[in-house]
Amino acid sequence: MTRARNRELLALIPVALLLTAGFAAVFAQENSKLANLSVTYGLYFLAICVATHIYLRVRLPNADPYLFPLMAVLTAFGLVMLYRIDESLARDQANWFVFGLILFALTIQFLRDYDVLERYRYIIATVGILLLLAPRLPGIGEQVNGAYLGVKIGPISFQPAEFGKLAIVIFLASYLRENREVLIVGARRVLGVTLPPLKHFGPMLVVWGASMFLLVFIRDLGSSLMFFAAFLALLYVATGRFSFVVIGTILFLAGAWFIVTTVPHVHERVEIWLHPYAEAEGSGYQILQSMFAQADGGIFGKGFGQALIHVPGHPSQTMLPAAETDTIYPLIVNEVGLFGACGLIATYLLITARGFKIALLARDGFSKLLATGLTAVFAVQVFVIIGGVTRVIPLTGVTLPFVSYGGSSIVANFVLLALLLLVSDRARREVESEPADRGRDEPLGAAA
Amino acid sequence: MNRQIVKLFGFIIVLFALLVGFTAWWSVFDAKELKASKWNHRPLFEQQQIPRGRILADNGTVIAKSSSKGAGATLRYERHYPLGKLFGHPIGYSFMEYGQSQFEKFHNEELTGEESEFGTILDELTGQKQEGEQIVTSLDPHAQEVAMHGLENAGFGAVVAIEPSTGAVKVMASNPGYNPNKIPDKLSKWNLEEVRAPLLNRAVQAQAPPGSTFKVVTAAAGLESGVITPDSTINAPGVITDEGHELHNDGDQDFGEIPLDTALTNSVNTWFAQLGQKIGQKRLFAMMEKFGFNAKPPIDIPEDEVLESGLLDLETGKMLTRKDPVDLARVAIGQERLAVTPLQDAMVAAAVANHGKLMKPQIWSRVVNRDGSVTKRMQPSVYSEPIKPKTAEELTTAMEGVVDEGTGTNAAIPGVPVAGKTGTAETPGNKACGGGSEENQGWFMGFAPANHPKIAIAATVECTTQFGNDVAAPIFREVAEALLGGE
Repeated sequence: MTRARNRELLALIPVALLLTAGFAAVFAQENSKLANLSVTYGLYFLAICVATHIYLRVRLPNADPYLFPLMAVLTAFGLVMLYRIDESLARDQANWFVFGLILFALTIQFLRDYDVLERYRYIIATVGILLLLAPRLPGIGEQVNGAYLGVKIGPISFQPAEFGKLAIVIFLASYLRENREVLIVGARRVLGVTLPPLKHFGPMLVVWGASMFLLVFIRDLGSSLMFFAAFLALLYVATGRFSFVVIGTILFLAGAWFIVTTVPHVHERVEIWLHPYAEAEGSGYQILQSMFAQADGGIFGKGFGQALIHVPGHPSQTMLPAAETDTIYPLIVNEVGLFGACGLIATYLLITARGFKIALLARDGFSKLLATGLTAVFAVQVFVIIGGVTRVIPLTGVTLPFVSYGGSSIVANFVLLALLLLVSDRARREVESEPADRGRDEPLGAAA
Repeated sequence: MNRQIVKLFGFIIVLFALLVGFTAWWSVFDAKELKASKWNHRPLFEQQQIPRGRILADNGTVIAKSSSKGAGATLRYERHYPLGKLFGHPIGYSFMEYGQSQFEKFHNEELTGEESEFGTILDELTGQKQEGEQIVTSLDPHAQEVAMHGLENAGFGAVVAIEPSTGAVKVMASNPGYNPNKIPDKLSKWNLEEVRAPLLNRAVQAQAPPGSTFKVVTAAAGLESGVITPDSTINAPGVITDEGHELHNDGDQDFGEIPLDTALTNSVNTWFAQLGQKIGQKRLFAMMEKFGFNAKPPIDIPEDEVLESGLLDLETGKMLTRKDPVDLARVAIGQERLAVTPLQDAMVAAAVANHGKLMKPQIWSRVVNRDGSVTKRMQPSVYSEPIKPKTAEELTTAMEGVVDEGTGTNAAIPGVPVAGKTGTAETPGNKACGGGSEENQGWFMGFAPANHPKIAIAATVECTTQFGNDVAAPIFREVAEALLGGE
C-alpha cells in the first residue's frame, strides 16, 4: 500500500537535484555569488516537497505516485527560470507555491468525498461562469493588452479563468455523467451523420454559446479554445460519438471565424499570427522576438542565464516582452534549446499520461469524466500557450502551468492536482481491494 | 469510455508532437533565416560580446578595432575607428544599437569568427571563447587621404582607384564623409540630411550621367563590333539633328572627316553620336553589360548598399533593357538617362588597362586568424572580358591623346604616360546643387602608367560650372601620384 508513496519519495530526489543544479547555474552566471545559497534553496524546496509527501502518505496512500513529483519538477524548473529573470519574481512564486500547496492540502482534506461536487454542480457552474465574466465587471475588471483576463480587488489581482476552468470541468463531468446515456441512445442519424437528440442539443449549444461569449467579451481566443476543447474532449469520451466532436468543431470554427472578422481585437491577434512582420516593431514584436529567441537557442540552448531578455546596458528595454508569463517558453528554448524544450513537453505529456491513466482506472462515470476533463484542460492549456509562442495558433495570454509566473495559475493547478489525486486514490483503493491482481503500478507513462 | 480516453490521449500526443515540430522548426531548421532577419537584433548583441577582428589598411595601419568595456555578463566590445573620417566609406560601421554598414557588414562573419559552423560548435564544446578574425584590406591610407582632401576642396563627389590586374580597391573616397566613431550620437541626424547625405557612399550609391567618359564604352563597342577601325573616319559637323533635337559639339566646332583618336582627344559629340547609331542599341547594350552595367557590381559591400549602373527609368526606378526605346545618339555621348556610379566608371578604365579583362573589384585582401596565420586570401578573378587585347591597346592610344593634347591635360603626370577621358555631364535638377547654375558634374577616368598600368581611377565632382578637366582631372592626378609614388 505504501509502495506508491515510496516511489513518490524516490522521484522527488531528482527534483531537488535539478533545482539545486539550476540555481547553481544561474548563480555561477551572475558572478561568483555561488556560495551555499543555491544549496539552501534546494534544501528548502526539498523540505516542502517531503512535507507534502508525508501528508499524502497519510491522507492518500494509494494515489498516483508520479503526478506530484512531475509537477514539482515543473515548479522547480519554473522557479529557476523566474529566478534568472528577476529574483523577486522567484520569491513571490515560491510564496505562491507554498500557498498553492496549502490549498492543495485543504482540498484533499475537505473533498475526500468528492462526489459532493456533483450535488452542487449548478452552483459550481454559476460560479465558474461568474469567474469567467468577472474581468468584464466594472470596478474590478482589468484589461491587459486588449483582453480582459484579470480581476483586481484592492491590492489582490488574479486571473479568474484559471479557477473558472476547474468549475466548468467539474460541471461538465457531472452533467455528462448523468446525460451520456440519453445522448447516446437518443442520437439519430440524419443524412448519414449522427446527431445528438434535439432535447440535449440545447445544453451543447449553451456551452458553444458560452465559448463564443467568452471570445467576444473576454476577447481571449486562448481561454475560449481551452474551454471548448475540454468540452469536446469530455463529450467524446462520454458518448463515444466522434460525429459530435466534428459538429462541435465546425460550430466553433464558424463562430470563431465570424468573431475574428468582426471583433477588432481578436482580428488583430489573428493578423499578427499570420503576418508578424507587417508590424515588426509594433504589435508583431512579441511573437517575432519569441521566434528569434528560439532561433537563438538552437539544439542545446545557450545555457541558464545566457539568453538576452533586455537590451544589454538598457534594463528597461525588453527583448522578450512578458518573459515571465506568456513568453517563458521561448526563453526556455533560448537557454536550454530544443533538447530542453522536448524534455519540458515530455514532462507535460507524462502528466497527461498519468491523468488519463487515473481516468482509465476510475470506476464510476463521474470520476472517469472528472479525471479526463481535468487532464484534458491541463493539456490543452499547455498546447494553447506553447502553440501560441511557436505560431501553431494565434498567441494568447494563458499561462504555462507550474512554470509561468502567476499566483492564480499555480494555486489553481495545485487544486487541479489535488482533485486528480483524490480520484486516483479512490480508484486504486477500489482496484486493490478486488481479488484480481490488477492494481500494480505500471511503469511511468504506460497509461495508454 | 476507456477506448475513447486512449484515443483522446493519442490526439494529445499528436498535438504535443506538433509543438515539438514547430519548436524544432524555429530553433533549428529556420534559425538561420530568423537570425538574418533585420528585425532580429540578438545576433548583433551577441557579437558585441565577441572581440571583433580588426580591419587593417594594406600597410598595416589599423582602420577599425574593438576594445572591451565592463566585465562578466555586462562585458561588451565597442568598435573604434582610429582614423576617424578617413575610411567612413567604404568600411562603414558596426555598433550594437545602430547596426552595421558597408564593409563591416559584408565581412561580418569573418570579423566575428562565425564563418565556420563546425568551428563554432567545437569552440562551444571546449569552452573556447569565440574570437573574430582580422581582415587586411587593399586600401591605401595615404592615397585615400589625398583623395578625400582633393574632394573636400572641390565639392561633393567620389574617387575610386582599382589595381587593374587584380581588382584590388586601393582608394574609395566619398565626400562629404562622416566619422564612424560618432555614429552613436549622430546617426539619426545624418539620416535626415538628404542632400548632404554623409552616410551615402557616393562611390557606389550615387548615380549620375558619366558624360564623355562613356565615349570609351562607345568606342570599345565600335571597335569590337568592327563598325570602325582606328583608321576609319566619320564626318563630324558642328551640329547634327538627332530625333528632332540638335546635338552640338563644344562651341559647335566642325571637325570634318576624322578618325577615333582625334574624336576622343577632342571629345567630339557629333562623331560619337553617329558612331552610336551605327553600332545599334543591341550591340552597345551588350558591351555595357560586359563592362558590368545592368548588374550589381561584384564588390564586397552588401548588395543593398550598392547601385547598378545603366539607363535608369526615372518613373519606375528600374534599369532599361536593350529592347526599351532610347535616344541612342545621346546614350553614346554619356547623357540620355545614363546613371553610372564612380565604381562602374573605374571598372571601365580598369578593364581597358588590364588588356580587356575586367577583374572583380574587391576591398579585402586577406583574413588573418587569432594565431596570426592567413586563413583566406583574395584570389583575383575575372568578371568578364569585354574587349580583346588589341582593342584595349587601340583605346589606350586614343586615351593617351586625351591627356597629352586633348581635353584632359590636367591629368598629366610628369614622366609617366597617362591614358584617360574627361567627362562633363549636365545634371539639371540635382538637389545637391541647391538650384543654382552649377549643374555640371565633372568626371575623369583613366589609368597610369599607360604602357604598363598599375592603377585605374575614376574621379567625379558634383555641382560645378567647370569641366571635368578642371575639377576631376587634378584629383585623378594627385591620387595616381600618391599610388605610384612608392615606385
